[in-house]
Amino acid sequence: MHLILFLFFGGICVAGAVNLLVQRHPINSALSLVVVMASLAGEYLLLGAEFVAAIQVIVYAGAIMVLFIFTIMLLNAGEEERSKGSRVALLLGVPGVAIGGVLVAWTLLRRSSTASVGMFALPGDPRAIARLLFHDFLLPFEVTSVLILIAIMGAVVLASKPEAIARPSTAEPAPREVRELVAPGRQR
Amino acid sequence: MMIPLSCYLILSGILFTCGVLGFLIKRNIITIFMSIELMLNGVNLSFVAFAAQWHALSGQIFVFFVMVVAAAEAAVGLAIIIAVYRTRETLNVDQVNLLKL
Amino acid sequence: MTQNPYLWLIPVLPLAGAAINGAFGRRSSKKAITTIALAFCGAAFLLALKIALGFSSAAAPYYFDLAPWIRAGNFQADFSFYLDQLSLVMLLVVTGVGFLIHIYSVGYMLDDDGYYRFMSYLNLFMFFMLTLVLAKNYLLMFIGWEGVGLASYLLIGFWFTKDSAAAAGKKAFIVNRIGDFGFLIALFLIIQHFGSLDFTRVFAAVQPLQPELAGTGLLTSIGLLLMVGAAGKSAQIPLYVWLPDAMEGPTPVSALIHAATMVTAGVYMVARSHVIFTHAPGALTVVAVIGTLTALFAATIGIAQTDIKKVLAYSTVSQLGYMFMACGVAAFSAGIFHLMTHAFFKGLLFLAAGSVIHGVGGEQDMRKMGGLRHYMPWTFWTMTIATFAIAGIPPLAGFFSKDEILWMAYISPHGSWAFWSIGVVTAFITSFYMFRLWFMTFFGEYRGRPVIHDVTHQSADAQAMHAKGDQHGHGHGEPHESPWVMLGPLVILAVLSFVGGWVNIHHRFDVFLSPVFSTHAAFSQLKALTTQEVAQIEARDRLELAFTVISVAAGFLGLLLAWLLYHKRRDLPGKIAANLGDFYRAVANKYYVDELYAALFVKPLLEGSTAILWKGVDQGVIDASVNNAAFSARHVSENVRHMQSGNLRSYAGWVAAGGAVLIAYMVWMGVR
Repeated sequence: MHLILFLFFGGICVAGAVNLLVQRHPINSALSLVVVMASLAGEYLLLGAEFVAAIQVIVYAGAIMVLFIFTIMLLNAGEEERSKGSRVALLLGVPGVAIGGVLVAWTLLRRSSTASVGMFALPGDPRAIARLLFHDFLLPFEVTSVLILIAIMGAVVLASKPEAIARPSTAEPAPREVRELVAPGRQR
Repeated sequence: MMIPLSCYLILSGILFTCGVLGFLIKRNIITIFMSIELMLNGVNLSFVAFAAQWHALSGQIFVFFVMVVAAAEAAVGLAIIIAVYRTRETLNVDQVNLLKL
Repeated sequence: MTQNPYLWLIPVLPLAGAAINGAFGRRSSKKAITTIALAFCGAAFLLALKIALGFSSAAAPYYFDLAPWIRAGNFQADFSFYLDQLSLVMLLVVTGVGFLIHIYSVGYMLDDDGYYRFMSYLNLFMFFMLTLVLAKNYLLMFIGWEGVGLASYLLIGFWFTKDSAAAAGKKAFIVNRIGDFGFLIALFLIIQHFGSLDFTRVFAAVQPLQPELAGTGLLTSIGLLLMVGAAGKSAQIPLYVWLPDAMEGPTPVSALIHAATMVTAGVYMVARSHVIFTHAPGALTVVAVIGTLTALFAATIGIAQTDIKKVLAYSTVSQLGYMFMACGVAAFSAGIFHLMTHAFFKGLLFLAAGSVIHGVGGEQDMRKMGGLRHYMPWTFWTMTIATFAIAGIPPLAGFFSKDEILWMAYISPHGSWAFWSIGVVTAFITSFYMFRLWFMTFFGEYRGRPVIHDVTHQSADAQAMHAKGDQHGHGHGEPHESPWVMLGPLVILAVLSFVGGWVNIHHRFDVFLSPVFSTHAAFSQLKALTTQEVAQIEARDRLELAFTVISVAAGFLGLLLAWLLYHKRRDLPGKIAANLGDFYRAVANKYYVDELYAALFVKPLLEGSTAILWKGVDQGVIDASVNNAAFSARHVSENVRHMQSGNLRSYAGWVAAGGAVLIAYMVWMGVR
């Protein structure tokens, strides 16, 4: 049972991943990535990590991928055109990846033949996770919140229109009401 | 019911390999970025699988953090892509090649 | 051995003078420079006198350890000074004659732009020479040895803007270095076998050894190598070639360094090492042979020279040969005695020659001199005394010393009639060329140009003291006498040349030096004489008297021949020279020895150096390795540059490949 479900979700996953490679339009790739993430959420559930599965769907598929799709729509990305690629990437990279993958697979198959996992093996309820998160991993938790803050600021700065940040002096003067707010009482 | 751990790990490896291949093959910046996300997902899967093997929670915590970081990275990365698009007017990674010797 | 804590001051005082003049002389007044130089040199002389007056043979030798220097395992060499009778004689000669020449230089070099440099170098030379003489070990002596070579180089090339002077300085230093190489190897052998370079320790270790009668062995090697060093420093065959060229330097330099003191350092060193030499009869014979041959050889060259200073230079080489002949027959005190008298009359000859050159406005060619005795009486009379002294005419100094050498050359157990006969012939030739010089310079009619004080065409020697001519009043166009600051030393040296030989009447000088040389054979021969039977003594004495008469006769013969050829029948020399043709030309050209050396050694060395060392090693290896390092770095980076293509996908490819390598490595490590 476990195996069947695993193979089911795993198949969808691999199919989505391959589809991402094959598709020419980025929007198709994005959608197949969503499929991958959803199936991964299923895998997590299979192992009993319900919290992780939930946030996988909410954060990854629901937020990050949406961001991707927004960007694709914003930039009006079209089909990929043919262009001269890099020989190095093909000559070195692909064999490298292949070799690396084969090696890892071989190692895994050799070694961890005795290890096994059971269905719903994990204690993945939110309470347990929360206890861990806010006790042992409190510092990383707080640091990541700062990280997100920085990421937000960075994204805003990077993606905004250049004139509004770089040359405020050449921008239009603010309307009267705003000026009143900024410097009340000044006679001007 | 137990299935061997290596199943999950092989699946994780396949996902990772697909991610790298996508990084190497694709020409659109956004697609490349999505391949990176694919790689991260593969890694997440292996974390969870190992956590299940040892009945530990720390693996899931790590997955949590990986997701957070991936989110932040996606946000900033896409902002950069937008900025690059503004100046280069293209999403073809082969044409974003000014940083060379 | 008693301590004398003032010994170290004697070398150091001139060093202080050299330092002060060297550092501040450029901006000081001439008076200040003179005062400093003369004060420090004079102080050294006075200190030497004081020590000499307080010298007691019972308390001798004196020593003083100034400071430790090298302590390396069992080997130890310190800054230690040593004074015995031998050093005392050398000390008085060096400081006395040195001081007189300093005074002379004040008059001679005052108008030169580099006056302060000259006085500084002179003081520096005094420092090194005194270190050499007062050293207690071979290493400190070697410092002095090298240092006088340096001072010689600096002073020969004093007018360094003149190519010939610079080349002569180089030649002197390089030829000296060849000798120093032999000296160093000898020092290494001494260290290796005796563990020390200290005189007392080495000689105490050598003394009980058996003399190497076979002519080979350690002591013979050391002796021969020491002789190589001495040959370089004291201008013996085959390393004498630098001394005639050294006449490029100012005349006081020639007087001080190349007549009185530096060139005698070799003789001093051989005398100091007499213990080694007497235990190595083979080396001793080589010394005597070299000395004798050099004496004859140089004397023959001196006959044909026309430059007054060159004649004196070859004469110096010849007289040094006499000293080595003396040392070579183990008559060390005779050699030292001749060293002392030679310092007096040769120094006087050079200074007087300088006076002559100055008086005729820079001319050094004797063919353009003549009749100068009317114009420069003081110079004439002092030079006359010196010439008679060197010719060995009694009762002047040279007679006593030369005679003793000739006698010892025959009578010593190491001597032979061959040395004596060559010595007598050389004495005849010496007398001949010296009186030739005398007649050509001072007699007859003045053959030179009118002495006009125009600096442009004068020799550098005279340019140095041009303006002085205007100071002492004289008729323009005529040769004139030198000022008193130059004549004073001449007079003092003339007095010394006259009476200097009298110290050895009744062999008092030899007896004085006997505690130093008490182990050498000739003295024990003398000692043995006193215990021999009366008849043998009388026979020996009659023989000695006969030899004396013969050598004095040789001196007078030389005078007669010179009078004949250069005074009475002036046409004869030219005819003789024409008849001798090529042989005369060879002699006049110094037997082409310099050309021979140039072809045999200098040219191959230069070409070898150019081809191998310069083009091969310096350009091909050293420069090339540096350049190739740069080229290869550039080449490599040109190729590696292509990695930074700006293409994102190739970067990704590299990352993937690198990742694969890492994974493979880790798998491999895990599998092992």
